[in-house]
Order: sequence, then C-alpha cells, then structure tokens
Amino acid sequence: MSPLTSLPQKPWIWAWIGAILMWLIIMSVSGIVAGGQVMSAAASFGTFFVIVAIGQMFVITLGPGNVDLSIPACITLSATLAMKFMNGDPNLLLPGFLISLSVGLVIGTLNFLLILLLRIPPIIATLSASFLYQSTAIWSNRGLRVKPPEVLGDFAVSKILGVPILTIVVLILSVAMAFTLHRTRFGLSVLAVGQNQKAAKLAGIRVERVRFLTYLMYAVLAAICGFFLAGFSGGAALNMGEQYLLMSIAVVVIGGTSVAGGDANLTGLWGASLFIFLLVSMLNTLGLSAGYRLIVTGAIIVGIIAISGRKSAI
Amino acid sequence: MTRLLSPNLLRTLLPGLSLAALLLAIFYLQPRTMSYFGLNLLLNLAVPIALATIAQMFILCVNDLDLSLGAFISLTACITATWLNTTPLLGVLALLACIVAYGALGALIHLRNLPSIVVTLGMSFVWTGIAVLVLPTPGGAAPGWIRTLMTLKPALVPFPIIALVVIGLVVHVGLMRSAAGVVLRGAGGNAKSVARAGWSLLRVKVTMFSLAGLFGVLSGMALVGLTTSADANIALRYTLLSIAGGILGGGEFVGGRVSPIGAVIGAITLALAGSFLSFLRLNPDWQIGAQGAILILVLALRLLISAREVRR
Amino acid sequence: MRGVEKSFGAARALTGVDFDAARGCCVGLVGHNGAGKSTLMNVLAGVVSPDQGEILINGALLDATYDPARAAEQGVRVVFQELSLCPNLTVAENLRIFHPSIKGIGWRKTARQVILAELDRIFPGHGISPDAEVGTLSIARRQMVEIARAFSNVNSRIELVILDEPTSSLDQNSAAQLVAFVRGFVAKGGTVILISHLLGEILDATDQIVVMKDGATAAVDATRHFDRPRLVREMGDVLAENNAFGGRKSTRRDGPALVSGPEENDQYLQLYPGEIIGFAGLSGHGQTDMLVRIFEASQGARGKITATEKAVFVAGDRQTDGVFPLWSITQNIFVGSLTRLTKGLSLDFGQAEEEAQDWQKRLSVRTPDMANNILSLSGGNQQKALFARALGADARIVLMDDPMRGVDVGTKQEVYEILTQEAANGRALIWYTTETDELKHCDRVYVFREGRIVAELSGEMLSEENILSHSFEKDTA
Repeated sequence: MSPLTSLPQKPWIWAWIGAILMWLIIMSVSGIVAGGQVMSAAASFGTFFVIVAIGQMFVITLGPGNVDLSIPACITLSATLAMKFMNGDPNLLLPGFLISLSVGLVIGTLNFLLILLLRIPPIIATLSASFLYQSTAIWSNRGLRVKPPEVLGDFAVSKILGVPILTIVVLILSVAMAFTLHRTRFGLSVLAVGQNQKAAKLAGIRVERVRFLTYLMYAVLAAICGFFLAGFSGGAALNMGEQYLLMSIAVVVIGGTSVAGGDANLTGLWGASLFIFLLVSMLNTLGLSAGYRLIVTGAIIVGIIAISGRKSAI
Repeated sequence: MTRLLSPNLLRTLLPGLSLAALLLAIFYLQPRTMSYFGLNLLLNLAVPIALATIAQMFILCVNDLDLSLGAFISLTACITATWLNTTPLLGVLALLACIVAYGALGALIHLRNLPSIVVTLGMSFVWTGIAVLVLPTPGGAAPGWIRTLMTLKPALVPFPIIALVVIGLVVHVGLMRSAAGVVLRGAGGNAKSVARAGWSLLRVKVTMFSLAGLFGVLSGMALVGLTTSADANIALRYTLLSIAGGILGGGEFVGGRVSPIGAVIGAITLALAGSFLSFLRLNPDWQIGAQGAILILVLALRLLISAREVRR
Repeated sequence: MRGVEKSFGAARALTGVDFDAARGCCVGLVGHNGAGKSTLMNVLAGVVSPDQGEILINGALLDATYDPARAAEQGVRVVFQELSLCPNLTVAENLRIFHPSIKGIGWRKTARQVILAELDRIFPGHGISPDAEVGTLSIARRQMVEIARAFSNVNSRIELVILDEPTSSLDQNSAAQLVAFVRGFVAKGGTVILISHLLGEILDATDQIVVMKDGATAAVDATRHFDRPRLVREMGDVLAENNAFGGRKSTRRDGPALVSGPEENDQYLQLYPGEIIGFAGLSGHGQTDMLVRIFEASQGARGKITATEKAVFVAGDRQTDGVFPLWSITQNIFVGSLTRLTKGLSLDFGQAEEEAQDWQKRLSVRTPDMANNILSLSGGNQQKALFARALGADARIVLMDDPMRGVDVGTKQEVYEILTQEAANGRALIWYTTETDELKHCDRVYVFREGRIVAELSGEMLSEENILSHSFEKDTA
C-alpha cells in the first residue's frame, strides 16, 4: 500500500489475533482434525459475513449516524423473490440473479430517497423502510422454505483444493473493494465525508451522490449475499437475514474500522468474521448452553467496542 | 397565516390528531369497541408499549438510541414471570440490578464516548442470553398482584385509560416541569452549555439510562400482567415499537426535544394501528409493513409542516 | 493570571501571558482572530486548564481542581462567543440551568421574574417572553438573553463578567444599552472584561486595554493613553500605514460576470474575472451563507444566484469546515482535485505527491514531510494547505471565508501576494474578512447586515467609516 494510505497503527491486527486464539483453543480441545474442519466451515460462513460487512463498512465510514438497519430484510426479500421465481429451475439462474440484483437496487434507492427527502437519520429511515421490505418478504414467502435450483446449491458449497469457491470469489471482491476504498475518487470521497462532511462538501465533493452510491452498493451486496446464502443453506427462509444485522456491525467495528467515520480497512473484516464464527464455535466446543453463548458473544462485542472506542473518538 | 394554523401548533397537535383519526375510523368500522369493555380490550396492550416508548424517549432525549430495549423488556418479563413470582425478594433484587446495569451502560457510553447503537446492539445479545437462562422454555406465571392490577375494573373509566394518563402526566411533570428535568433535557439540547454551568454530564447520562431501565422494567411487568406468562423473545418487537412510538409522538432524534405525553399518544396510536388493520381484514402479512408505512407517512407530514415554517 | 501557557497539538495558543483585571474596572481585550483572547478567557473561566501558569482571584491561588463550577462559586461569569444556551429550553429554563439554586416548588416563577427583571434592566424594551423557546428567538435576542443571564443574581456571587464579542449580533441601539449598563456595573464595584473587534466600542467602554498578539500580550495601558491608530499598530498591522483604501490596482478583465445574484436583494452582487471583491459587515451577518450559496450555485444548484464557472472554497473555520483530521497534508491538498487526478480507474498518487511538494515550496509550508498528519501543522500552516487545496483545483472562482483567522503576520503577507497574483492570472476572488484592513486588497466591497447586502462600496466611497456606518442599522430617531 502506498505511504499515503498506510496507517500509523494497525487496528485490524487484533481481530486476527483473536481469530487465531479461538482457533487454537478449539484445536486444543477437540484436536487438529476438528480444527481443520472448523476452519473450513469458518471460511464458508465467514464469506457471507464479509460480503455484508463490506457494504456496512462503507456506510459506517460515512460518519456518525450512518448505519443501515434494513439489511436483514433486504437479504430475506432478495433471496425469497429470486428463489420463488426460479422455483428450482436451473435454466432461470441468470434471471433469478438479476431479480436479486434489482431488489438490491430498488431497496438501496428507496433507502436513500427516504434519508434525503425526509431528512431523517439513516438509522430511522432504514428501520422504517425495513418494515415494508419485511412485509413484502412475508407476503411472498408464506412461511415456506423455497428451495434453490440444485446448480446454485452445488455452486455455493463447492470447493477448489478444499477452499470454497465462494470464499475465493469474495476474496477477489475484497481486494477490488480495498482498491476502491483507498485508490479511487469514490473511496476517498467516502473517507473524506466520514471525517468531516461539511469540509467534504466545501472541498467540492458531491456528498449526496457519494452517500447514494454507498447505500446503493450496500443494498446490492446484501441482495447478492441473500441469493448465495439461499443456495448455501438450502433455501430462502424468513429469518435468514436476522443475525446479519448485528454481525455486519460487529464485524466492521471489531475489524478496526472507526465508528466515528472516515477510517476503514478491509483486512480487519476477514479477521473479525473468522473471529466471530470461531468464537461461537469455540463456545459450542466448550459445551456452553445457548444462553451463555449469547451472553459471552454480546459481552465480547461490547468489550471490544469499549476498548477501541476512545481511540476513534479523538 | 392565521394563528390557528401556525406550524408550531400543528406539529404539537399532529400526534393527537392522528390518534383521533384512527380512533374514529375504528369506531366506524367496529361500533362495539365504543364501550367500556371494547376500550379495555383495545387499549390493554398500549400500556406496556407506552412504558417502553417512555423508556426509549429518555434515551432519545440525550441523543442516543437504544436498540436493545426489546431484548431488555423480554428479560424483565422473564424475571417477573419467574423469580418475582416464586421468590419475590430475589426478583426485586434482580430487577433492581437490571436498572443499575442500564445506568452503568449510560456511564460506559458517556465515558468512552461510544456510539449507543453499537453498544446496545451488542447488549441485546446479553439480555437475550440472560433471559434464556432465566426462562429456558416459554412459561412462568404472573405474580398475583400484578395480574390483579392489570385487570382492575374501575367504575366508569377503563383501567388502561387511567394507567396511560397517569404514566403520561407523571413523566411530564418529572421531565418537563420539574427543575431537575430541565437540566436533563438541557443536556440533550446543548451539552456543552450544561457542562459549563457546572453540571455533570456523566450524572445526566446515568440518570437518563437508569430511568430508561426503570421504565423498561415496568413495561416488562405490565406485559406479563397481561399475558400471564413470558418467554425470552416476548418483547423483541418493542425495540422498533418504542422508537416508532417516540417518533409518532413528536420526538426529535437530536436536540433533546421530546414530549412524554406525545410519546404515550404515539404508543397508543401504534397499538391501535394493529387492531385497525385487523378490523380492515387486511392480510396479517402486511401488518408490519403497515406500521412502517404509518411511520414514514407521519415523518413526511412532519416535514411538510416544517417546510411551511421555513417558508413563512 | 501569571505566565499562562496553553498548546493545542502543535499550535501554541498562549505563550506565557500575564493578565490583571482590577476591581471596579472594565478591561478591554483586543487582538486579531487567533491571537489567543478566547483561549485566555476560557482558562480564566475554568473551561480550559492551562499547561503552565497560575490564576489568582482576590489574591487566592487557584489549584488544579479549578473548573467552571468553581469559577461560578468565585463569581466569575462568562458570555461565550458562540451562543451557549440550550435551544430546546425556554428562556426561564435556561436560567435554571445557570443557577442551581433555583429549584423547588415555584422555581419556574422565580426564574421568570429574575430573567425578566435583568432583561428590563439591561435592554429596556427588549420584547422577549421568558416562556419563549430559545430556538425560536432571533440571534440578537438570544444574545440579549445570554448577557442578561450572565448578569443575573440568585444568591450567588458576581464579581467578574467576561463578555466575548457580546455585540457581534446586537443592533446599534442594544449595543449602546449594553455599554451604558457595563459602565454602571463597573461603577458599583464590579469587574468586566470586554472582548470586541469594534475598536470604538473598546475605547468608549473600557478603563484599561490589553492588546494580544500571537498568544502573548503586546501592550497594556490605560484606555486614555490609547487611540485608534495606536491600537491598530499594537495589534500588529504594519500594512495599515503604508497601504490605504483604493491602493490596489485592479486587474479586472472584460467579459461576462462569473457570479451574479441574488435576485431578491436590493443590492445585486456581480463578480468579474480578475477581480478581488470583499464581503464586510459585522461577523455572522450572512457573509458565510452567501459564500456557501455561491459555491452551491457553482455546483449546479438552481437558485437565485448564478455562477457560470466552477468555484472553490477556502474555509476560515479550519476545524469544522476545512481540515480532514485523519489525513496527511498531501491528502488534505489533493482532496480538492480528485477528478483531475483520476487516471483511468485509480488516482495518480505520484502526481499528487509532486504537486504537494510544489505547493510546499510555493507557500513555504513549514513541515519536514508533507506525508505528516495535517494536525501536526500550526494553524497558519494548516491554512496554507487549505489555500493549496483551493488554488490547486481547476476552478476559476475562489471563495474565501475569513481565511486569515489565527494566521501570523508573515504568512498573511505571503498569502496576500499570492492572491494578487491569482487575480492577475484571471481568477475571480471573493474575500469575506472580519479584519477591515484586509479589505484594502479588494477592488470593491459589499457590506452585509442581517443576512443581506446593504451597500456596495468602491473607489472613493470605499473607506473604513463607510463600511462601519453601513454595518450598523441606521438610527431611525
């Protein structure tokens, strides 16, 4: 990376240290073989966290108040509509994917229009709108699990040399996004808006255009995530997006992106995704009940935010 | 422009007018609701929602947002349906601990200058986790006295109406009229100025979060009083309802401009919206969506009123 | 106050200041923006704790626990430059925030009476209701409330009142009322420290004047030993003597106006290539808003102002409007030219660094490395980076929002020259400034009052007296 964008400290390093620590604990409890299996699973599940987290990272980087809460609804709606349309027919794969994409485009546009026209904080706008998306998904889904075409399911779980294809695809996407963030006009505009929105406007950056593109990009990424997630987990279900709301935010924050805005990195997203998945696996391995797993997960997330918080506030 | 239609007045009246319109529509669709028992049924569930909305309002007042309120109320409901019923002393202590935990959360957010959204999202896991431990499977029972209180049948005026009026007035007097309330609201409007006058912002934040915790506990207790049992997910949707109620009631997102009476009215509107939609025989799939639509509609109306104010 | 020092990052705001205010005395504190006046007063009020030095009140040394609450106990009151009322509370409720002793049943009535009595005492005929929400009041009325609140007394000591630019948004009549009140207050044994840009006001109202320059006191003397030229000289304006209004040779070029509007004003603004025009008037009377509107018009916003070319903005309030605090100096410069520097998919960082080096030489930005964080620079050098950002962009219109705040004299001279050059090269500059002397570098000056342009001055008419007289409302009496 160029000296221009190099960070004085590397906030993402902690996510990776945490991930490795979790993995070591798992291996010490259940052996090396199990450790390998867990890592492979982590790579698969982590992929979906990362797709969504990339989008949320761009949104959060826009500065305080920018968080998109409509993401679970977007994932569910995209998956539901696409799966219903394809109805298991492999020939409709491409149009199905296009439907997912358009769901993302429509939701991203609607979200931004609400933010812009109603002049309300993005949290409230995306929250209100998510009710509508969720209802649409419920209405179209009717509580059934709509199966994906077999090809999609196979693709979503297939591996090359033991590495899931999707993981490779998302790795490439991550590199492209890192390039976008640090080397292009759009990325630098996002970082500038996040540091000081007023200064960004007065420096000639089209703030609203940048925000629009960011929210649009996030919705599209979430829609794509929904499409493949449905393939991966055997169909679209109404609650499939639920855990992605907190996870997307947690992964971004633990990954070292500043919640105050203007400072982001993608390396940490992978570390944090693996960390969270491995943390949950470790708690499982240790035989903790659901209640304790939730408490520990939540406490660790809050703890990390509390420790890293002061730095970003200055 | 005539005084009658001044934007400020319109904005103040908006929550009340929306509620009146909704009530009239319900009476028109279902005249039987216009009775003591009808109103009792209609407004019962508004009580815990109103308490939750007031809790959220305290948080909104200091420019924060609580995304864990639903999980927290579920937890307090679980404690109410178990410990408070079987071993009241333990139950009371546990509920007090919940309030203290909320105050501590406020202190953490203030001292470390953290975004409340992220912290409360994380805490929602913790609350749900504890709730699952307290009450692993749906069940429990409401303590008799709460049950009795929530099903009171006073003469003439149904209990929910009395309860809602009392909640609104008590909080109004405490927050809007008292000398201490002024400092709490002032901190939302201009924290720097309040600090310069020698007040501790930490104490303000802790007070507001503790009050939110207190009303969260009351909401959970009221809810169990109505449903007679609990589960760990019983009130998850209260997070969204409380935010929506606060907004419907005319609260602003920043700047300490809140209204307890408006918040109660907003909560009633939301509770009634559900009944209204079922009277309309609307497909239940669209219930949630309709709430979102109402929210967006009210926000749009408010914007129109403000736009008029600017033009004047 | 003895030997007070304070630094913010690399910027030394105060460099060992001694300051005295005697009982029954009104002390005037003058100096350019960024000379350290406000920081010094913040130290005295306990808002900012000094790195070095000591504060004594009535001969008693204050320790490290000195804070706003202790200051209030000692009878120190402050009217801050930026308004510090809670906009969501009523006038009476704001008084309650200020006086912890107003409480208990009936507190509201007490608060109403106290603030109303105080307003009547200082600003007879103010027309402010104690139950009005502060957010709905005009800026002038908010300022009156703030001043009245500082002088109000509820079972508390009131020894020293600091007024930081109290008249900046008051009309002439209210300002005169305030000066009269201050004289009366001082005559009864109170102490007032008055900070103001209006030298006439300082000369009228004070007994003693302290002049500050670059974070230190430049002169202390009784007011009767000062006159306007001496004040100006002490503040460090060498220019004032060898440069007069109308001294600038215009480089205006023929051609259509680059900016014109707004249509609703009686006075119409026009900007031609090669011109430097000035915005004058009391601070906060709509000059910055106008600059922002012109900037938005240049980006294609439809409105009552038209701009035919691209514009760049040089912020004066660096922290809120200018600097990107997480970025290097280089990044802070090239952020203004993102489009121009985009080559293919990516930005040309090599080019950006080269240009930054050029600017470092041309503006003599004092730093070992342009890759250092922008906040490592002193205020004046940060401002140079902002000038580099604006001048490096390919825009013909340059909008400057009082850009010399806190900039030292040497830097100012360098920047003045560059601006003259840029105008000669055909750029058009609009320069809002609170320093009247800087208007001498302008071809024409528009004077602002209450959000509108009230006068256009050029040629013979361009003088300090005319600018001042148009800045204030004409007395109808």
